[in-house]
This record gives sequence, C-alpha cells and structure tokens, in this order.
Amino acid sequence: MHNKSLVSITDYSKEEYIKILDLAAQFEQNPNQELLQGKLVATLFFEPSTRTRLSFEAAISRLGGRVIGFADVNSSSVTKGESLKDTIKMVTSYADLIVMRHPTEGAARYASEIATVPVINAGDGANQHPTQTLLDLYSIRKTQNTLENLNIVMIGDLKYGRTVHSLLMAMSNFNPTFYFISPDELKMPREYLLFLDQHKIKYFEYKEFMPIISQADIVYMTRVQKERFSDPIEYEKTKNAYVLQNAMLEHTRPNMKILHPLPRVNEINLDVDDNPKAYYFTQALNGVFVRQAIITSILGINNK
Amino acid sequence: MKDKQLIVNAIKNGTVIDHVPAKNLFKVITILNLDKIDSQITFGTNLESKKLGSKAIIKISDKYFLDEEINRIALVAPQAKLNIIRDYEVIEKRVVEVPDSIIGIVKCVNPKCITNKEEVKTKFSVLSKNEVSLKCYYCEKITHQDQMAIYNVNNQ
Repeated sequence: MHNKSLVSITDYSKEEYIKILDLAAQFEQNPNQELLQGKLVATLFFEPSTRTRLSFEAAISRLGGRVIGFADVNSSSVTKGESLKDTIKMVTSYADLIVMRHPTEGAARYASEIATVPVINAGDGANQHPTQTLLDLYSIRKTQNTLENLNIVMIGDLKYGRTVHSLLMAMSNFNPTFYFISPDELKMPREYLLFLDQHKIKYFEYKEFMPIISQADIVYMTRVQKERFSDPIEYEKTKNAYVLQNAMLEHTRPNMKILHPLPRVNEINLDVDDNPKAYYFTQALNGVFVRQAIITSILGINNK
Repeated sequence: MKDKQLIVNAIKNGTVIDHVPAKNLFKVITILNLDKIDSQITFGTNLESKKLGSKAIIKISDKYFLDEEINRIALVAPQAKLNIIRDYEVIEKRVVEVPDSIIGIVKCVNPKCITNKEEVKTKFSVLSKNEVSLKCYYCEKITHQDQMAIYNVNNQ
C-alpha cells in the first residue's frame, strides 16, 4: 500500500482491507497521535462535500498533519479554465498526499497518473468512493464481529448508487448473501449481477423489503432521488415504498444494524434514530479512523 | 476484359485485408492510418459475402503490418483475414485477434468520463473478445461492441 494511490476499491486485496480495518481499530482506541507531523495533505474538492472533507481533515489534524486545498471550485483557478492536469501538476509539488473529489468519472485515476505523490479518491462522480466502502466494511465488521457469511440487504437506488456497487465488490470477498430491494427503474445493473454469478455469490431481487428484512444482518439504505425517475408519476408511487420505519424493525435479528452513507433525506424515518439498530451516525464517525488508517498506510508511517 | 480487371486488383507486394464488414471499411482505414500513407491502396466495398452479407477488401501495396498494429482493427473487423503478398504470391495468411488492452482508437461510451472531458487518451481492458466489451481504465464503465465509436486519427 505504501506510496500507492487508492482510487478504486478493487485497488486493494482482501488482505489489504483487513490490514486497514485492523489499523483503524487501533486508531479508534487512540485517535490523537503525532504521526503526521511535518506532513502536508492537499484536499482538493472540485465539487463540495462537506461531510467527506471534514472527515478527512479531522483524520489528518488528529494525527498532527496539516491541510491545504479548496472546498469548492469557486475558490480555485478551475473557474479560470485551468485543466485538471495543470492543477494536479502544481499541487503535487507542494503536498505529500492528495485527497480529491471530482464530479468527472475517472478524474482520480487520471490525477494519479499525473501526480508524483499518492492520490486518494474521495469520490469521482458516480464511479468510486473507496474510503466510504472501507468505512462501511469497518462498520459491518465492528457490529457483526466478522465479515464472513453475512446477509446483506441493500435498499433503494441500486442502479446509480456508487456506494452499493463498491460495497458489493468488496463484500464479495467474504461469501455474503445479497438481497437487492428496489423499484424496477433502479435495479442493480446487470454487470454487477454478472460479477456475482462469476464469483458464485448468492443474491435475490425483490421489490418490497417486508418480510425479507427479518433475514438481514446488515440493512444498507440509500436515497431514492426524484431526478432518477424518467416518469414523475412512477416516483410518486414508489417513494414511500422504500422508507424504513421503526415499527418494521420489530421482527429483525438482534444483531441487525442499519447503515446509510448519509446524507439521508426521508428514507429512514426519524423514529428509527433512537433504535439501537440504527448505526448510521456511528458509521460516519468510523470514517475518521478508517481514513487515518488509509493515510498512514499510504504514507508508510507505522502506528505505535 | 477479365485480365484487365486482374491487373487493377492484384498487387505485387503488400497486404490484402479481406472480410472487413462493409459498414466498417472507413473505420479500418482510420485505425490503420491508411489515409496518411503514400502506398498505393485499392479497395472494394459492398461485395457479396456469405459470411458477412456485405464485405469490403483493402489492398495496400508495399506495406506490411506488425501484429499489434493490425490487431487494432479486430474491434471493428473481428473476422478480417490478411494475405501477405510477395511477388504476386500469397506467402502468409493471418487472422486478427482482439488484444488484451486497447489504447486510443475507441471513445469511452460514458459522457461523464474524464476522457470525454479533458484531453486524455482512452485506455481499456478487454473483458470479452467475441462480442467485444471494453472496460474503461479511468471511469470503469463498460463500452459494448454496438456502442463503439472510433476516434478520428488526429484525436488519437
């Protein structure tokens, strides 16, 4: 992992996932360490994402590192028409590591070819967001004490949701059974089902999440966005079919946890928040430890 | 009359590319940069073919191709056959093979891909060779055979 960019979740092997998760667990015990003293990390957010940026910056600051960069393109020379190539060429000579979010798919891979320092992809359009996936894995392992042989129920927009696609790829190393629950318009794309077939992973597709939810070890919720529907009437018909409510959790497994990449809109009712099975806010906090683990691994700094 | 036709068609030295789908003739010409070379080139198109329905044939005098050059046309002419000609004799027959990776040539189907936004040369790994499908190295989206658009040479 040392000096290697993290652009796609498939850049890491199963062993490397485990190594990151173990390291993140150590950071959870002891998040404030001066491991990044003298290190400068550039956080380049070509599209705003307050949640992800703050998580990275918290991870870096708690390890004594410093941050340069921009939070949206309006405060960078991109608005003057500078190409991504030129921006990266300039920043790569200032920083020890680049963290970037960009609306264009493949932008992070391209940046990793130009940069002379490692690049961490903090989201490139609908493509990849590997640190989110690693924090999802961390949350799953932490709540289930294992990653192996779990029943994973994914609900909502399975067509465009990059987090579910990356999680599917990563979890496929651990013999899961998937239950995909979505309206017809937002079904899991064929290429991912093909991937599961090739890896002999079991999966089932449904339109409704009752009563399947009672089988779940993990319920992974996503937003169903209005703009994804070609037919607005179809959206109005389906929008309430994918809202999780506290009463639905009654017959679920005791170990079951609800994850959500956040931000949530209305797909998880507020009355779920106080249920101990709701894990999404803790999940977000885990992101800091996982990012500490990824950054130190890439920079080749050993946790004491 | 028949003899005259032969004189036009036969080449002394060079390469004959046969079994090109007629609709992809100009793509093959683009991919092999045939519009940029000085050799004599003759081609026929919309010829009857049992295999392809309608085929094209290209004859290029005094020009021989490396495997990696010629395999690039496999994307648009997977059944193409090459005859290598020396002194009017076919001295070698070759078939094309889809390579494991493709650099340039093909556009990524994803309009949101970096290769369609900035001046970045496309790169693909080949997922399937029969019904060709290509995975973009950058955006990781898959471009299928029926979606393949070929760059103009100048953009490669």
